Amino acid sequence: MTTTNSSMAAAPVASRWSRFRGSYLLYSFKRDPVAQLSLLVFIVLVGVAVLAPWLAPMDPYDLAQIDILASELPPFWIDGSDPAYVMGTDAQGRDLLSTILYGARVSLIIGFGAVALQALLGVSFGLLAGYLGGRVDAFLMRLADIQLSFSTLMVAIVVGALVKAAFGGATYSDYAVPLLVLIIGLAEWPQYARTVRASVLAERSKEYVDAARVMGFSSRRIMFRHILPNTLSPIFVISTVQVANAIISEAALSFLGLGMPETHPSLGSLIKSGFDYIQSGSWWITLIPGAMLVILVLVINLLGDWLRDVLNPRLYKG
Amino acid sequence: MSSTAHATAAEPASPLLEIRGVEKRFSLSGDFLEQLKFKGGKLVREQKHVHAINGVDLDIQRGEALCVVGESGCGKSTVARTVMGLLHPSAGEIRYDGERIDDLSHKALMPYRRRMQMIFQNPYASLNPRMTIQQTLEEPIRLHHPDWSTQRVRDQVAEVMASVGIAADWGARYGHEFSGGQRQRIAIARALAVDPEFIVADEPISALDVSIQAQVLNLLMEAQQQRNLTYLFITHDLAVVEHFGTRVAVMYLGRVCEVAPTATLFARPRHPYTQALMSAIPRLEDDRPQHIRLQGEVPTPVNLPSGCVFHGRCPHANARCRSEIPQLIAADDGSQVACHAVEEGRID
Repeated sequence: MTTTNSSMAAAPVASRWSRFRGSYLLYSFKRDPVAQLSLLVFIVLVGVAVLAPWLAPMDPYDLAQIDILASELPPFWIDGSDPAYVMGTDAQGRDLLSTILYGARVSLIIGFGAVALQALLGVSFGLLAGYLGGRVDAFLMRLADIQLSFSTLMVAIVVGALVKAAFGGATYSDYAVPLLVLIIGLAEWPQYARTVRASVLAERSKEYVDAARVMGFSSRRIMFRHILPNTLSPIFVISTVQVANAIISEAALSFLGLGMPETHPSLGSLIKSGFDYIQSGSWWITLIPGAMLVILVLVINLLGDWLRDVLNPRLYKG
Repeated sequence: MSSTAHATAAEPASPLLEIRGVEKRFSLSGDFLEQLKFKGGKLVREQKHVHAINGVDLDIQRGEALCVVGESGCGKSTVARTVMGLLHPSAGEIRYDGERIDDLSHKALMPYRRRMQMIFQNPYASLNPRMTIQQTLEEPIRLHHPDWSTQRVRDQVAEVMASVGIAADWGARYGHEFSGGQRQRIAIARALAVDPEFIVADEPISALDVSIQAQVLNLLMEAQQQRNLTYLFITHDLAVVEHFGTRVAVMYLGRVCEVAPTATLFARPRHPYTQALMSAIPRLEDDRPQHIRLQGEVPTPVNLPSGCVFHGRCPHANARCRSEIPQLIAADDGSQVACHAVEEGRID
């Protein structure tokens, strides 16, 4: 014991950065080319989406810049293209590259916003259900069951229809982003709640929680300060999966005409707007944003898979 | 806490902790709907319980180390957890320094939280893996002394770390960087950080290597002398009891069958169960009396035996043992035994 003591005392105390550098997370990242490539692509996509107002050749929301005569121009490698529009134009004459960049921004905002709402609701409810147990647990978990029995699409159709009927289509268009965040966020919180509850049940039986109770800490402090930090790794893992799911949900809603309006398109509504022209030869309006969506969701899912393998080999996606 | 607080058999000073008729049942039958059963054509509500402890009476005197021993499942940990308020007793009461504490609210209990602390069995689970040692030790002090300055809190942490023999530069590390024995020292430091006077230790050394057990045990004894602590020490290791305990309480199936000063108990166990337990200690000598073999198994705590819980396995049981629950009766050597046969003089 004396030898261990002296050797431990001799070693320098690890800083946060050097602990990260020596961590298994970084080690496995360095050995996984798929994760590296995914992260690179993800960062590039998020980067161009965030910087869209500065990168995009034109502002697709600005009607003054749109030239209807330049509609349905093909991308640059096809005859008849205009060098001013690298990826071609859509049916309204908007530059497709700019619209995709802006659309990816909308999709990412909705995806991350919805996941933030899901996480807030799901983590709070999961913590309460798992820690307090008994009737609170039974009530919240039945609530989750009920929520899961409504599909996201159905909730969106009902809420969207109600808002459109009550406030009119113009108001709906103005508030489409927060509304979609709200709908997707409310529809999927049980995923978080169930995962967090299961982790909390496992943590609650550990003695450090008893020690905190014996110290006299309040339930709230024990839940958020002691238990929550120990349930973070499954939360991280499902967050990646949920971001991809939320982006897909938003695209599906937009494709059905329940999401973003065409004047303010996300990737999903862009795909939809081109769908009518796919038979007439203008395939790029649908396929290019579609490819963008697939790549975005794919890299997020690949990153999520890698994170799941590293952080929590026992957790399965579901 | 005066220095004369060491309890002697002659003067029964007011005990620090009194456990009176405490029972703890755990329901086995789930929620209300699961309890409904059809019986004889009628819908009846049926509840099954595990009787973890049923009617425990114990006094803990100031300055002593009361060891509770018994085999697995006899309820000794439940006693510890009930005393600390981690479980609410189903019946009975617990008094600390004369005040009843088992029915207090979270807020009303706070002054007692500072005075009584707990050390846990598994040092690998009792430290929060996401907190540094410094955070772990500072947190309870800040909670109980919100008016203390940062420097004063740090001084207190440094003092308590030194007293349990852990180096000051361990503070920035996390629990998983230490061995079991080192972790248990940290857990002890956490319990001592708020200057308690009473410590419940629930098998604090049974998860440790034998080579480390003695160190931790000595640390606990040093702390007792320096800080005038009172211990409720849960263990199943009789060698530890002989070394550590002022008095010993022997539990069987959720009841206390014998309480006696350590030397008395080891020299002359009186309850038939204690005798069997003592005879099971492996010893090197050849001339010891025959090992007492008990017949059968410990009965299930779901359906408790009538009368004395030990009657099914006791060689001295008679009709009275099967019907009447024996109470602890004090003998003149300071021991208390719950046994009809001892009371009646049928056995010595």
